[in-house]
Amino acid sequence: MIQLIAFYLFATIVIASAAMVIFARNPVHSVMWLILAFFNAAGLMLLAGAEFIAMLLVIVYVGAVAVLFLFVVMMLDIDFAELRAGFVRYLPLGGLVAIILAAELVFAVGAWSAGGVDLAARAAPVVSDKSNIQQIGELLYTKYIFLFEAAGIVLLVAMIGAIVLTHRKRGGVRAQNISQQVRRRPQDATRLVDPGTGQGVEL
Amino acid sequence: MTEFFQSLGMSYEWAWGLATVAGILLIALPLMLAVAMIIYADRKIWAAIALRRGPNVVGPFGLLQSFADGLKVFLQETIIPTSANRGLFLIAPIITFTVALLAWAVIPFNSGAVLADINVGLLYILAISSLGVYGVILSGWASNSKYPFFSALRASAQMISYEVSIGFILIGVVLFADSFNMNEIVKAQQGHGLGIVNAFGFNLLLFPLAVMFLISSLAETARAPFDLTEAESELVAGYQTEYSSMSFALFWLGEYANVLLMCTLNAVLFWGGWLPPIDWAPLYAVPGIIWLFAKILFFFFVFSWVKATVPRYRYDQLMRLGWKIFLPISLIWIFLISGYLMLTRYS
Repeated sequence: MIQLIAFYLFATIVIASAAMVIFARNPVHSVMWLILAFFNAAGLMLLAGAEFIAMLLVIVYVGAVAVLFLFVVMMLDIDFAELRAGFVRYLPLGGLVAIILAAELVFAVGAWSAGGVDLAARAAPVVSDKSNIQQIGELLYTKYIFLFEAAGIVLLVAMIGAIVLTHRKRGGVRAQNISQQVRRRPQDATRLVDPGTGQGVEL
Repeated sequence: MTEFFQSLGMSYEWAWGLATVAGILLIALPLMLAVAMIIYADRKIWAAIALRRGPNVVGPFGLLQSFADGLKVFLQETIIPTSANRGLFLIAPIITFTVALLAWAVIPFNSGAVLADINVGLLYILAISSLGVYGVILSGWASNSKYPFFSALRASAQMISYEVSIGFILIGVVLFADSFNMNEIVKAQQGHGLGIVNAFGFNLLLFPLAVMFLISSLAETARAPFDLTEAESELVAGYQTEYSSMSFALFWLGEYANVLLMCTLNAVLFWGGWLPPIDWAPLYAVPGIIWLFAKILFFFFVFSWVKATVPRYRYDQLMRLGWKIFLPISLIWIFLISGYLMLTRYS
């Protein structure tokens, strides 16, 4: 009973907040609705018994990706009138994308119910007494180790690429060399002098 | 506790629901009281180190000072700036406060005394602490004021940076404990150091991680010396500048509840949690919750001590520490630990 209530609660909030992402006028509000949608999707994952995926969803999407979105949206100076002005111009393209998506959905459901590729049988979870993390770990580090490492390398390349693309060398910046500062002793920087009367100090 | 309610003749669903509510209240209400007292303790320790008296007027030894402050802000008027984004302005402190309470669900207070004994406990804590950013960043943006906005940007960059190294540090602990469950992590520490000391921190491979975790938790809770989000000489009061009354109080409570949480995490992950410090039978006569509280209070004392003695970091130094020192060291340490474990435990 309680699972059913939880499922409908999470599912309704996911759909409602996903709709609000599009309908909200303020982009910052949009991002907040998106975060709510992520969060409730994680709740759905929990109900499906995939607690590891649920936690990763919150950590990665809510904790990192959405924060980046929020940063970008907050920094941008968005003119709402200009945003709405483009609506008619992009309507044909948007409509086309919507039609393609709808057709694909219909085809996918049709193919799935026809059962040609037998996808449904493959998706059925294997019941096991081991925890989620152990199962995923065993699969990732034995059967799919090369795919897993390839994904890691792709991510590494993407990261280095992003750093190289955005890295700029600026002239005229006096950077701080911390180890040099730590190594510096008082006798390198100061000296004690005892000048006689009427005599100055040489600098 | 579910069994207790079931023995009163309730069905399982009702008993479970009541037991969960009772558990939540049993954690949240003492936590609020603890936050009030810990604010008092913070001010008292700070005062003692600065050779002052600290709060000493309200109640005996000033013990009721926090409650008087709470009553004061409760009676104040809530001011919302005219150009602020009303909804988000009011939601932001609620998020901070709620998130600070949420993480306590998986903290083990004694063997089995935990509200939600889930097997992804540590990941849950990481997930919840990554939500903490939103309270700060939203309050800064919704205030529609320059100082809070700068502070919010600083705070979110700082929190995200240190969460990365905290994640790697926690992986080190998980590798040794062989579990993400908080209770299992505590149990794995029994007799970990030479067979007598109940602490991961006593392990030479984990001690550097324990030190880094302590420093990172200072940064994660934006305590001195990393309190750049509230640097009063630059940013007035940071993201709280425009807040007043209860919305300010919620930030205040959430901040200290987070500090307590980080102290608890230090105690649970590295220093044995509810286990006594030495694996010696007579020490187990003392209830585990007392050992845990003693460790939490010790770490809180360290937090206050640091706040009273260490000058504030500059922002670029803070980022350098997070990205150029903690991140590489914790990454290398993961290699070291997993190599060591492969050699000794799994070969």
